[in-house]
Amino acid sequence: MKTLKYVLLLVVTVTLLVSCDKKIAKKTDKVTYQCPMKCEGDKVYSEKGNCPVCEMKLMPTSKVATKILSSFISEESIFNLTTKWNRQDGKEIELKELKGKTLVMVMIYTTCKAACPRLTADMRNIEDKIPTDLKNEVEFVLVSIDPVNDTPKKLKAFAKENFLDRQQWTLLQGTESGVREFANVLAVKYKQISPLDFSHSNIISVFNPGGELVHQQEGLGVDNKETIKKIIEIINTH
Amino acid sequence: MKTILRLTICLFLLNATYTSCQSKMVQINGGEYLPLYGRDSLNVKIDDFLMDVYPVTNKEYVAFVKKYPKWQRSKVIKLFADESYLREWKSDTILGENQKENSPITQVSWFAAKDYCEYQGKRLPTVDEWEYVAMANKTIPDARREEAYNQFILSWYEKPKTFNQTIGSTFKNYWNVYDLHGLVWEWTIDFNSVLVSGESRKDVDTDNNLFCGSAAVNATDLMNYAAFMRYAIRGSLKAKYTIKNLGFRCVKDTKK
Repeated sequence: MKTLKYVLLLVVTVTLLVSCDKKIAKKTDKVTYQCPMKCEGDKVYSEKGNCPVCEMKLMPTSKVATKILSSFISEESIFNLTTKWNRQDGKEIELKELKGKTLVMVMIYTTCKAACPRLTADMRNIEDKIPTDLKNEVEFVLVSIDPVNDTPKKLKAFAKENFLDRQQWTLLQGTESGVREFANVLAVKYKQISPLDFSHSNIISVFNPGGELVHQQEGLGVDNKETIKKIIEIINTH
Repeated sequence: MKTILRLTICLFLLNATYTSCQSKMVQINGGEYLPLYGRDSLNVKIDDFLMDVYPVTNKEYVAFVKKYPKWQRSKVIKLFADESYLREWKSDTILGENQKENSPITQVSWFAAKDYCEYQGKRLPTVDEWEYVAMANKTIPDARREEAYNQFILSWYEKPKTFNQTIGSTFKNYWNVYDLHGLVWEWTIDFNSVLVSGESRKDVDTDNNLFCGSAAVNATDLMNYAAFMRYAIRGSLKAKYTIKNLGFRCVKDTKK
């Protein structure tokens, strides 16, 4: 019996270690490499290899190394919220799993006829204007304010209809209390006014990879130049 | 023999702490009522529920932060509370000199209040539930048209520092609930659900460019000035605000 316990413990530890490994590997995908001798000055490469001048093995740059080490979440980060969410593919996640990317977030509900289609279009317009090579650094997140009706399945269909069924789009269904809490963090107001209708403020929020709110755009169909500028700025400084 | 005696004492103590921790609740019979602001300006249906008789006290909140240190003044994070969170307290677990154990807790954020209730197996009331119970005076469930009732509330709004009074020092209403008016404002779960305000510069209620379904935002009874003020205050709050005259109480759904 005791041995069984130990075996179990071992298995758990190993799985934990393995899953940790994976996460690190994923993050290092975005690492840039540099010649340790700096033969070519500050030039960096996106892939592993050898320096063309001195033939030394290229090393990950220190800037990215600090990114890997920091599991730190600041006091103002939305990653402090521990509620669980369902993604459009049915997978359960916590907000902190979105850590590491610049987040563009909006609250919508799928049966909304007036503002939400326009809000969604605004989000798409923002995505369109992000340079292709930076797109992988951004995650576009739509959070449903109607967790009762907006099941993952519905969100998936909504994503398809609205041309959001691509990699960098996440649609989330929470609990009523979780949604209320999240809205309060964004200072988004909403109220159910009939079974299928909500009144809500139209705000698109931008978070840095650490989950701190850096920018909010209010209104519909507004000029999103400022928002795009902010997103690119965040990507370049993180 | 000694062990049995000790055990009894222990049990007795446990029981005593248990009952004192769980503040008293009373049954509220649901019904329909027309709120100041409503869904499609129609009657709102309220289900039966239980409500705390008194607002949560300083003493109860001290016990809470002792048990859940993440809500202590020095540990609370900025996302969940602003700088004035429990500012009057002497330390993380000791009240300020002028604070009474039986006064309502104030200077707590919505996040803290929500967590407090959830840890007791309860929740914060909705605006509709709170207003439904609070429209009662001593004798009738809906006293909103009574002049004396409105007079009482409005004169309270003018009085300074009522948060220093102790719980139960105002009247017991129709539902046997105390202190809904007279001591402190109270957090509700959906305090910010009515789009009456926000920043005044963008304060246009019927601006469809800002709000989906804003046509539904209409006051039904403009005579109810006191309630109007409550909605306005709620609209100006943010969840991490901690204000000197803003406390809370919890409610619970009635098991069916």
